[in-house]
Amino acid sequence: MIAPFLFFILAIGAVAAALGMIIARNPVNSALLLVLNLFCIAGLYLTLNAQFIAVIQVLVYAGAIMVLFLFVIMLLNLAEMPRPQQFRWSYALALVLGALVLAQAVYVIAEGFNVIPAAASPEQAAATGTAKAIAMDLFTTYMLPFEMIGILLLVATIGAVMLAKRRFI
Amino acid sequence: MDLSHSLNWYLALSAVLFVIGVLGVLLRRNVIVILMSVELMLNAVNLTLVSASQAFGDVSGQILVFFVMAVAAAEAAVGLAIVIAIFRNKLTVDINEFNLFKN
Repeated sequence: MIAPFLFFILAIGAVAAALGMIIARNPVNSALLLVLNLFCIAGLYLTLNAQFIAVIQVLVYAGAIMVLFLFVIMLLNLAEMPRPQQFRWSYALALVLGALVLAQAVYVIAEGFNVIPAAASPEQAAATGTAKAIAMDLFTTYMLPFEMIGILLLVATIGAVMLAKRRFI
Repeated sequence: MDLSHSLNWYLALSAVLFVIGVLGVLLRRNVIVILMSVELMLNAVNLTLVSASQAFGDVSGQILVFFVMAVAAAEAAVGLAIVIAIFRNKLTVDINEFNLFKN
């Protein structure tokens, strides 16, 4: 069975790309590593048989949103920021907070190890991830949220244009 | 590897990715990298939702992921517009310089 092997390759790729995104000094490198991370997560969706979400992930995230980020980075023509000279206590505090959040999440997962109810069969899981199954629910049960998200995107577009156009600060 | 067992691996991976996003928000000073770290956290939560949805054979989780992606797109557009608006005045994207409401 190939799935566990594929999962670990993609998981290592996703974590490495995410760490690289945090560490990279140049924002363009950060953005490109985030694109790599998004592709790895799209591959993970494919290992889960969620084809529709995987395609949307590549189209919307890696395609649209990251191009917007790269466009803004190159528009602003940023220089690399100088490294902080002295040790800052906020760094140590951030690492401690991150360790606490991770410990909490791992604790919850470990506790839930035996609580998880009976899983779906592989056939059922394969049928759940298709565009057909999602569309059946999206256009019936979730019709109103779907239309509201359209209005939200329109308002966000108008707001972004207004914010970027005017000098008011 | 059965699905109920592998679900925990996916949840652990998304927890690790979420924490990396939290560290990015806390450690970095470049506001664009902070926005990208927020996107990383949203992705980690999306991975949780999709893996749980597939494990239980319930499509609702993936519809929520669809909505999260739409809101993330709106958030990125408005956030970057605000960054551009502030950059015009301050000529920097250092988060420590963004103290317009201070004093």
